[in-house]
Amino acid sequence: MSKRKPAEEYHKTFAFHFFSWLRGEKDPYLGNVEMKPQKEYEPDPELHLRHEKEHDAILDKVYDMKHNRALGLFHRLYQATSILFCLFLMALLLVTISHLPATGAAVKPVNNEVAARYIESGLEETGAVNIVAGMILDYRAFDTLGESHVLFVATITVLIMLRLDKNKKGEPNPLTKDMNPNDRIYEPKNDAILQMVASFLVPIIIIFGIYIILNGHLGPGGGFSGGAVIGAGLILYLNAFGFGKTERFFTEKTYKWICFFSLSFYCLAKSYSFYTGANHLHSIIPKGTPGAILSSGLILPLNIAVGLVVACTMYAFYAMFRKGGF
Amino acid sequence: MTAFQIILMGLLIICAVSVSFSKNLLNSVLIYMSFSLVMSLLWICLESPDLAITEAAVGAGITSVLFFVTLKKIHAINVAEKEEEQKATQRNLPENGGKDE
Amino acid sequence: MGPNLWINYGEAVAAILFCIGFTNLLLQTNLIKKIIGLNIMDSAIYLFLAEKGYIAGRTAPIVTDGVTNVEAYINPIPSGLVLTGIVVSVSVSALMLSLTIRLYIRYHSLDLDEIAAQLKKEGR
Repeated sequence: MSKRKPAEEYHKTFAFHFFSWLRGEKDPYLGNVEMKPQKEYEPDPELHLRHEKEHDAILDKVYDMKHNRALGLFHRLYQATSILFCLFLMALLLVTISHLPATGAAVKPVNNEVAARYIESGLEETGAVNIVAGMILDYRAFDTLGESHVLFVATITVLIMLRLDKNKKGEPNPLTKDMNPNDRIYEPKNDAILQMVASFLVPIIIIFGIYIILNGHLGPGGGFSGGAVIGAGLILYLNAFGFGKTERFFTEKTYKWICFFSLSFYCLAKSYSFYTGANHLHSIIPKGTPGAILSSGLILPLNIAVGLVVACTMYAFYAMFRKGGF
Repeated sequence: MTAFQIILMGLLIICAVSVSFSKNLLNSVLIYMSFSLVMSLLWICLESPDLAITEAAVGAGITSVLFFVTLKKIHAINVAEKEEEQKATQRNLPENGGKDE
Repeated sequence: MGPNLWINYGEAVAAILFCIGFTNLLLQTNLIKKIIGLNIMDSAIYLFLAEKGYIAGRTAPIVTDGVTNVEAYINPIPSGLVLTGIVVSVSVSALMLSLTIRLYIRYHSLDLDEIAAQLKKEGR
């Protein structure tokens, strides 16, 4: 047993200092080292600006595409390779084509029994004089339904891209706020020549479009071409008379309801037709006499539905490109 | 009919090549428009009147109109508007001077 | 080389147009010209399909005088396929043009190289 030292003597030993430092009671540098309170950091605005400029200059130098020799070399190589690749592809395709059966020959793998069936029994099965219309709106109607939906989805996507509306709180859309708010300011105001020509042409164009749609099962034409013609007529009308006139009859709501009713009518009508056809049930849809305007079962209403969707889509594309919304 | 078809196909190739070599964007869109028109004539030669109507209304009409509106939006038609746009750009972003062909 | 290259001149033109469009797509830096190149490729494929369905000496597939004989009409299937394709190609080009407008608003340029350089400068 070691003897306990008195307190004053103990305070001088190394063990006392060590343990008090360990317990955190003593700072060995306090009083021995000169210490000053630190100054608050103040960013120098000029220095900061200079740093930013230097940073930008470094970035400019690093990404200087015009004076970068390796990149220029790569660019040349890329061009040469792509031209070579395209020439190679062209040669390959031409060699393939030279082995294909001759154009205009009647005996080809393409002209198989499917096409023969469409031509031979298309008239009595669908009632459409135009075999192409009978094919795309009767035999392959769901293909056309999918295509109408493609148009609808494309409109929605373009609307997302180019929309300029304000949200519910009245703030502009953050994605498109840099855009020119409205293209209406560039419109020619009351251009007399354009208005005169348009007032003659627009009714003719729209009537021609309606004729193409209604005659789709009797002659060349159908929903797609007629709808595109009507859309072109509407675009001409919009260009001549401005958005004020067209907004009276065509707004976002009109577009929504027309597309909804057309697509759902198409879907329901064709589902009924396919259901009865597949189960050998009696369909209530009359075929009519081929060649009459009210004939060929569902093809005429389906043509009208497709034509409405296409016309609205074409007009909506143009309106969204012009002013971001419609 | 064959000679007419060959002439039309030659026109198609000329249009397609000159799209890539024209400097002005408006010119290339107009050339594309004529390409579509020649194409719609060619559909009639190939006995597909449905395609001819659709191509004339859609390819030559609406696609070209959409291209024109895009050019208007990006100020590639009117040079004065484009310069104004460039000035605005240089005020906002000093390091890039909005260059396009 | 096969025997039919000069007889199949329509398909040959379609192949050449396809390659011109593809070269446009690869080499042009301007976005609008790229889109036009893509549209030319579309048209080339439609031309190829229609040429395959064409049969010399026959008429368009619209029944005239009640004749429903295979010998009278051309093949209707390529026409139907191309008809849907043309309309879809419009919506594709509208979508690409709207993307172009958005890119121009963001970067004030149509040059793809310049847009890429600016993207890298921004550190993304």
